[in-house]
Amino acid sequence: MSAHVSSPSHSESSAGPIVIRVNDLHAFYGESHILHGVSFDVREREVVSLLGRNGGGRTTTIRSIMGLVDRLKGSIEINGKRSIGMKPFRIARLGLGYCPEERWIFGSLSCEENLLLPPKISDQGMSLAQIYEIFPNLKTRRNAPGTKLSGGEQQMLAIARILRTGAKILLLDEISEGLAPTIVDSLADTITKLRTLGYTIVMIEQNFEFAAPLADRFLVMERGRVVLELDQSELAAKTELINHYLGV
Amino acid sequence: MNTQVLLGQLTIGLVNGCFYAMLSLGLAIIFGLLNIINFAHGALYMLGAFAAYLALQLFGINYWYALVLAPIVVGAFAILVERFFLRRLEGLDHLYGLLFTFGLAIALEGIFRDRFGSAGLSYSVPDQLRGLIDLGFMRLPTYRAWVVVASLFVCISVWFLLERTRYGSYLRAGTENPRLVQSLGINVPLLVTLTYGLGAGLAAFAGVLAAPIYQVHPLMGSNILIVTFAVVVIGGLGSTGGAIITGLGLGVIEGLTKVFYPEASSTAVFMIMAVVLLIRPAGLFGQES
Repeated sequence: MSAHVSSPSHSESSAGPIVIRVNDLHAFYGESHILHGVSFDVREREVVSLLGRNGGGRTTTIRSIMGLVDRLKGSIEINGKRSIGMKPFRIARLGLGYCPEERWIFGSLSCEENLLLPPKISDQGMSLAQIYEIFPNLKTRRNAPGTKLSGGEQQMLAIARILRTGAKILLLDEISEGLAPTIVDSLADTITKLRTLGYTIVMIEQNFEFAAPLADRFLVMERGRVVLELDQSELAAKTELINHYLGV
Repeated sequence: MNTQVLLGQLTIGLVNGCFYAMLSLGLAIIFGLLNIINFAHGALYMLGAFAAYLALQLFGINYWYALVLAPIVVGAFAILVERFFLRRLEGLDHLYGLLFTFGLAIALEGIFRDRFGSAGLSYSVPDQLRGLIDLGFMRLPTYRAWVVVASLFVCISVWFLLERTRYGSYLRAGTENPRLVQSLGINVPLLVTLTYGLGAGLAAFAGVLAAPIYQVHPLMGSNILIVTFAVVVIGGLGSTGGAIITGLGLGVIEGLTKVFYPEASSTAVFMIMAVVLLIRPAGLFGQES
């Protein structure tokens, strides 16, 4: 827990290799031009938070990385491989675990079937036992149909199912949204735990309070561009600027 | 009321129901994953029957081998169709898939009509399944009993495949949200191809089973397909068990109508469909969204 708070220079000194490199990315849905030249890097074991108002392009950025956007220009490299034009399942197999905003727990599958659904892409994934240790609720509800789970349980399941695959880069879209404060707290503990386990995390957050203590770096997006990039160490000094962009 | 007639129509209804069940099961899984109303399904059923007929005529391959080989050959044909044609329609309006499969059905039926005429060809019941089984209260042709047993076995196997295996969980998840399933690392294009092949294989299996009962006829699929669509609509999508039960049930109801009010026997299924659509638009076993 103390690791990231006391290491302001984390992203420079102890930085690993770049695992996601986005360069001059333009994204289009049909005729609408959503991203206008987004560039950023994510290094191994980093926790990066994408902040900004709705409509700023954060979800589109993540969806572009996953290959779920109609048309892309620019470049995206995942673990050194250019991913634009690849089929989404091949992109996932480059080492990405995606937790979409809508969570998408499958109602025709039981809790455990949901958990076992994504195929393993490496042998570095967690075992079922480890996952149940982190999320004991999922064990007690293992035979329940996916959509009979509570919102918090569904969110945990959406995260848990990408931990089993061996993906080391997690893309989490608004995981704290619409959940009770106690559940949000336990999600924060989960993120902290995942970072100590060596995961690289890119998380979209509306809830700045939630993201602030967790991330090493913050990218603020507005109108399809990255308008501000901050380190954990700069946070205190620039609160006002952040509030300006987030509109709070 | 003659009980012999009643029981006779009941078994005929049950046998027809078995064909409805196998065909609607395939249609439902194809529609679920590909979002295509597979109008070629009847033609694939017809191809199954013709595959058995031609295998016997040309190569002397008997019924039992045909039962295994015809679904494989027709399934492989369907896989090529999916791979080279249907895949190109992905992302377009669903109407294009419907039009393509409709055109494919007409073309296949036309080719077979041109080649084999429309008189219908006969395929004899295999020696082992000739004769009657005396049930005490009635005599059941052995072949009809076999059809019921074989199709129930196949339906239950498919149900098991869909509900209890990894392929099944991919298919169910893919039916709900193919894009997300793909971004979880599952090879959805391959899943789609295999599923179309599975549905086609199931239709071809039904076609081989049907060959000794009905005549092997280029249009045999068109006739049964319309009722099968009604079965799928009545049963609703999203439940494999539902497709099987609805298929069997409607076959039996159709059989009973022939006893009690023969004039309505060919419309009974569609009247039930109209009523079900009014009361439960998603079908008896479908999930309201």
